[in-house]
Amino acid sequence: MPVTDVAHDLDALTLTITADFAAPVDRVWRVYEDPRQLERVWGPPTYPATFVDHDLTPGGRMNYYLTSPEGEHHYAYWDITHVQAPTGFGFRDGFALDDTFTPNPAMPQSTQEIALTEADGATRATFVSTYASAEDLQTVLAMGVVEGASSAINQIDDLLAA
Amino acid sequence: MNEMDEDRADAWFHALSDRTRRDILRRVLAGEHSVSTLAKSYDMSFAAVQKHVAVLERAGLLTKRRQGREALASGDVEAVRSVGAMLTDLEALWRGRIDRMDELFAEDAPTTDTTTHGTD
Repeated sequence: MPVTDVAHDLDALTLTITADFAAPVDRVWRVYEDPRQLERVWGPPTYPATFVDHDLTPGGRMNYYLTSPEGEHHYAYWDITHVQAPTGFGFRDGFALDDTFTPNPAMPQSTQEIALTEADGATRATFVSTYASAEDLQTVLAMGVVEGASSAINQIDDLLAA
Repeated sequence: MNEMDEDRADAWFHALSDRTRRDILRRVLAGEHSVSTLAKSYDMSFAAVQKHVAVLERAGLLTKRRQGREALASGDVEAVRSVGAMLTDLEALWRGRIDRMDELFAEDAPTTDTTTHGTD
């Protein structure tokens, strides 16, 4: 399993996840440079992503939509804040109003940082996701973009185990 | 587990045992909805949707407030999800992404990387 470390910061609402990939940094970076590779990775199988605009430069825009199991499109975007090819970049991930990709001010934005470092021909990748509030995180998860069992069910399990 | 937790678990299981109620809960967790807006999303009567909302409300998963003639429903985030549980969901999403990246790299390992074909 590539994941080597996970940290939850409950106060800062930040998830930090570290993974080691058996591929050089340039190869991992190509995933982000190539929208076709990126869409294989970004959306869960139940919510596939389609990138329609791809500009991985500082101030650039990545526009994409997620297709729900019911066939609904959720329009979203990345506002690229900084890029250090091929070792990392940062972006704000938000939801858009419609297929014009105008940001939806009623929906939360999260901050994402991806860093890649070389280690013996392999790559250590660190992904940091930060949300402004518990409500923001909830809203994003409530869009249905989750993998595996939902927390509501997990929490009921906890209750039964108590 | 004490009596109160047992009662709460009963109410939760009952509330979440129905597909429409799970769908209503997902919608109201994402933001406040009027009951009449919710009713339009389902192929059932307003009264039937109102009943589903009432079951979720009794289970403590949803709260309602009045605005004029409208009843506005929102999900009770605290009741449904702790921050830790939400970060766990987010972690599952990222683990999925990382696994898919790993699969992508495994695919081009033997022969499929055309850019380096024949250069070794």
